[in-house]
Amino acid sequence: MGLGGSCAGWLMQAPCWLGGDFSLSEDTQQQIIRETFHLVSKRDENVCNFLEGGLLIGGSDNKLIYRHYATLYFVFCVDSSESELGILDLIQVFVETLDKCFENVCELDLIFHVDKVHNILAEMVMGGMVLETNMNEIVTQIDAQNKLEKSETFIFQSPRQDR
Amino acid sequence: MALKMVKGSIDRMFDKNLQDLVRGIRNHKEDEAKYISQCIDEIKQELKQDNIAVKANAVCKLTYLQMLGYDISWAAFNIIEVMSASKFTFKRIGYLAASQCFHEGTDVIMLTTNQIRKDLSSPNQYDTGVALTGLSCFVTPDLARDLANDIMTLMSHTKPYIRKKAVLIMYKVFLKYPESLRPAFPRLKEKLEDPDPGVQSAAVNVICELARRNPKNYLSLAPLFFKLMTSSTNNWVLIKIIKLFGALTPLEPRLGKKLIEPLTNLIHSTSAMSLLYECVNTVIAVLISLSSGMPNHSASIQLCVQKLRILIEDSDQNLKYLGLLAMSKILKTHPKSVQSHKDLILQCLDDKDESIRLRALDLLYGMVSKKNLMEIVKKLMIHVDKAEGTTYRDELLTKIIDICSQSNYQYITNFEWYISILVELTRLEGTRHGHLIAAQMLDVAIRVKAIRKFAVSQMAMLLDNAHLIASNTQRNGICEVLYAAAWICGEFSEHLEESNQTLEAMLRPKVTTLPGHIQAVYVQNMVKLYASILQQKEQSGEKEAAQEITQLMVDRLPQFVQSADLEVQERASCILQLIKYIQKLQIKEVPVAEEVIALFAGELNPVAPKAQKKVPVPEGLDLDAWINAPPSDSESEDEKPKTIFHDEEQRHSRHRQPEIDEEELARQYQDTPGVEHIPVVQIDLSVPLKVPGMPMSDQYVKLEEERRHKQKLEKDKKKKKQKKEKKGKHRRHNSLHTESDEDIAPAQHVDIITEEMPENALPSDEDDKDPNDPYKALDIDLDKPLADSEKLPVQRHRNAENLKSPDTEAPLVGKKSKKPKKKEKKHKEKEREKEKKKEKEKKVTEEGKKGEDLDFWLSTAPPPSSITQTQSEPEGSTVLAEPEENEDAKKEEQEEDNDEGKKSSKHRKKKHKKEKEEKSKDKKKSKKKHHHSEEEPAESVQNGTLDDEPLPPMSSYCLLAENSYVKMTYDIQGNLQNDSQVTVSVIFENKSASFLKSMELNVLDSLNAKMLRPEGSSVHDGIPVPFQLPPGISNEAQFVFTLQSIVMAQKLKGTLSFIVKNDEGSTHEKLDFKLHFSCASYLITTPCYSDAFAKLLESGDLHMSSIKVDGISISFQHLLAKICFYHHFSVVERVDSCASMYSRSIQGHHVCLLVKKGENSVSVDGKCNDSTLLSNLLDEMKETLSKC
Repeated sequence: MGLGGSCAGWLMQAPCWLGGDFSLSEDTQQQIIRETFHLVSKRDENVCNFLEGGLLIGGSDNKLIYRHYATLYFVFCVDSSESELGILDLIQVFVETLDKCFENVCELDLIFHVDKVHNILAEMVMGGMVLETNMNEIVTQIDAQNKLEKSETFIFQSPRQDR
Repeated sequence: MALKMVKGSIDRMFDKNLQDLVRGIRNHKEDEAKYISQCIDEIKQELKQDNIAVKANAVCKLTYLQMLGYDISWAAFNIIEVMSASKFTFKRIGYLAASQCFHEGTDVIMLTTNQIRKDLSSPNQYDTGVALTGLSCFVTPDLARDLANDIMTLMSHTKPYIRKKAVLIMYKVFLKYPESLRPAFPRLKEKLEDPDPGVQSAAVNVICELARRNPKNYLSLAPLFFKLMTSSTNNWVLIKIIKLFGALTPLEPRLGKKLIEPLTNLIHSTSAMSLLYECVNTVIAVLISLSSGMPNHSASIQLCVQKLRILIEDSDQNLKYLGLLAMSKILKTHPKSVQSHKDLILQCLDDKDESIRLRALDLLYGMVSKKNLMEIVKKLMIHVDKAEGTTYRDELLTKIIDICSQSNYQYITNFEWYISILVELTRLEGTRHGHLIAAQMLDVAIRVKAIRKFAVSQMAMLLDNAHLIASNTQRNGICEVLYAAAWICGEFSEHLEESNQTLEAMLRPKVTTLPGHIQAVYVQNMVKLYASILQQKEQSGEKEAAQEITQLMVDRLPQFVQSADLEVQERASCILQLIKYIQKLQIKEVPVAEEVIALFAGELNPVAPKAQKKVPVPEGLDLDAWINAPPSDSESEDEKPKTIFHDEEQRHSRHRQPEIDEEELARQYQDTPGVEHIPVVQIDLSVPLKVPGMPMSDQYVKLEEERRHKQKLEKDKKKKKQKKEKKGKHRRHNSLHTESDEDIAPAQHVDIITEEMPENALPSDEDDKDPNDPYKALDIDLDKPLADSEKLPVQRHRNAENLKSPDTEAPLVGKKSKKPKKKEKKHKEKEREKEKKKEKEKKVTEEGKKGEDLDFWLSTAPPPSSITQTQSEPEGSTVLAEPEENEDAKKEEQEEDNDEGKKSSKHRKKKHKKEKEEKSKDKKKSKKKHHHSEEEPAESVQNGTLDDEPLPPMSSYCLLAENSYVKMTYDIQGNLQNDSQVTVSVIFENKSASFLKSMELNVLDSLNAKMLRPEGSSVHDGIPVPFQLPPGISNEAQFVFTLQSIVMAQKLKGTLSFIVKNDEGSTHEKLDFKLHFSCASYLITTPCYSDAFAKLLESGDLHMSSIKVDGISISFQHLLAKICFYHHFSVVERVDSCASMYSRSIQGHHVCLLVKKGENSVSVDGKCNDSTLLSNLLDEMKETLSKC
């Protein structure tokens, strides 16, 4: 399966699992996050962005591929059917899309709007396979869905929603 | 109602939303768990409310908590409620939560089927989209089966947004419900050419993923992908396709040739590194698949290596890493091209990035040769000293050992050097790999006899300095080497120079601080040492010295007797008693050395790791049988330990029986012509080196260089003598560059003793394939035409109107087809192995067909290479394979005394392979006769060096019946699993221009032979053939028959009925046939070893009969091949023009043959448990032979 199953994003302070198609127990997920965070965060700035698979992420066919932006790490776990450099590009697309959708994305946006991050990722990666890599297409679909949501929810809109 | 809603939304204003929750958690860092449990309580309250908005908000928060690691499966039902909300906003929240926390074990998941189906057909594309996304994460086999048809419909949706999601999710559906692959595949294939790039990319994605697991089923798509590759501009798609080609080329070398040009063009033209890298990777795969035989690809290799060098030299660490990764792939087939970049790779060892260093290490492993091993290891040793982290240092250590020990120490020319390296490695502190070093020391000392003296001296030194190695025992894994050191010094004590000193070193009080298992070895080996010293002293008449040494033992051993380790204690006290006894004898001046030394007499030979597994289970021993009746369940827990103990005791006593068998085996073992059959690799010697003093591995490097230089000089001198007329310039050139590996002779007389294996064990091991591979279910032939029954299950509507619509035909058919399928499964279980084999064969035949289009496409390659192409064609290789066999046979003759068992089974394997090839060839031949006849002369010229003409093609399929519509050929194979069943494989070939369907095969059962029909059907019912035949297509079906007695041949009458459908209409046709079960078809080719064969003949339970056939002209080799092929025998042994053969019937009759060839005749003497079977078999054989 495309992305060996899983893609996960990490925030420096609150690492969180962004899903994928591993059907793993919550405990295993947390363990993977902790170990991966441990591995990735101690790496220097100018070393390669690949980490070879440990047992936890499903053996040697799988790789961790990550990118580091200020306080954020974006880590994807992929198997050998994906191009390593391609995934690095994909992360770049993801980050740029986040930037567009949140208008100058910062760490706090991601922390407070994890659901939105999920929705964006769902337009790019589905069930562990790359769905769309064209940023404009992704943004169009996200915007359309947001519009639909707005049209539905205006009656219920709570005054606190946009904080 | 409105009021209620307003009230709900006001309520909600006081609930926390997701942002509040996140903020709250951040503000409660100290008591996070408490805060969250509070929140969960709130959420539970919210979930109890009727308002869907409140519920959705609660589920949204739960999703976040799930990401933090909290279990939310208790809310699964609420999640489904939110999923079924009518508003997209809520639906999305629900599906997100479901995708995060649902999995196959979630029991409420089956409640979602209808909701998902509704959402999939929603007019709002985003409802559909969100359902597809969610489903992709939690699809179960049930969901996949129920929804496959709905999703397949969506693959043709008007909106590309839906299409691409539907296409992508199909992969998940296939995984969970493999039956859907064939019906859905045509549409999936269509989508490869979808106008929308996103959909196209998704289709490529899915097919690539499928093809990666089972590439051979997708070879026929190669032309389509090739078109896409040359036309697409989407790098994502290109990368996927190129990766896919990388997986396909190993299966079809001709494809590789076609690919090289466009790929090299891409390499030159693209600016995208990712694409370039994948191109290089696939070119490498192509080059590997083309293997060495192909000329003119050095340019491509050079291009790849050169591009990779650029990547490795790049400052971007990612490119560097990938460059090294790809380089290691080239290394396997073209080591020379990589070796020239040794400098670059050694540089990478200094890289600060550990991933890169590890990659470089991997590369080095493959790069070593006899010439550069010492140099590379020296560099690595420097890195070992420099290395900071213990992990990396340990990695270096293991790599050094791996590099040196690879392929049976192939690259080591000087074992003294290697021992010194190992000794130097013991200076590493805190390594975990002491046991690795120890294992190497033991292995080298045992297997390289010439090095023992040196090894012993080094080990003695280690023992002497044990205090350095074992300074802090607790955390130090390195003390493991003392284990090896003690053992080597003890076992090979005759080489020890200062035995006394070593013995004293082993008796030091400090030793008692070592781990128990090491002390145990110390104790055991000090006795060996003691024994050899004793002998020395007695022989030289130094009685006092001998008594002194005994006294030393008696004085020091008690410290081990006090050991807390049971093993050490036991050994020590035992030995102490022994020594005390020796002491008594010594006082009486009785010479004891001879007897003491006899305790340790005999050589220990290394045993191969797999040897134990290969020891045959003695006849009559059933390892799975209970020795005692199994303990009854009623026994209480308390009693259990007692019973187990009791059980064990029993087991010991019962064990005697098999032991006798083992002894017998051992005797047999000795009876076989000497122990010489254990092959010993002799590498010839040159001047043995002696290095004075304490060795440093570096010294060896220098010495080795000098030695090689000397060797070279000598060689040059010889050359000079030989070719004096040669010009100096030329010669210098020669000596400069040709120092190939073979030129370097090893420094010591090295005999690597190969490891012992039990008699008759085959060195080759079956691949351990994982039987639980989830992708195996997707190994499905996609080129076979769809059968009527292969349709996705469609939901049945209760609506009466719908029932009339043509669509609803499907569920009925689907249901009907289900029943036989189940039976089939049962059937499959019964003869799993058999079936597998058959399937494989089937595939081969179908590949032949499949190959046609592909062949045509592939044959449009440039003409010069087309000759080689046809040769590399798997189908055409029969003729090529035979000379090999002939050679095999020759070898067999030469190595007659070597190991018949091995050979003959090898022979058999080949035969089997050939059988398959034969079949596919036969098929091909009928269609491609022209092509074939062109090929043959060319090939026979190629193989003209062999004096035996090739075997005529053989096929075990013979004609069953034929008319203008259909031709049936059949083959019968015995069933290994069931002693009264045979499987009849029938190939149906459609000869007409019409469509053949509803084929049904029926036979008139006899008393003795019956066709196996599905349960519930009567003896008069036919069995439907599970496929239809379009014009010109053939396919194979299998039918199982049961037989009571197999001593006689059987004939069964039968009829094939079918419907012929063409433009004019359809007619019902019949074809009668007679199915002939020859006695040979009850035999199963079974290998037999000559000793077992001899025993069988001696046993005297066999009846004997013989035949003689005159007028035989074909060679004996071919004759045997025919008997093997048509009558399912295997050759046991062959001497000149006489051969013994063996086979076994499905009911366990042994059949032994002795075939002798005279001038123009052949005589066959047979022995068998059943005289009728034997005479029938011989009659059949007579018929075959008289045709020769």
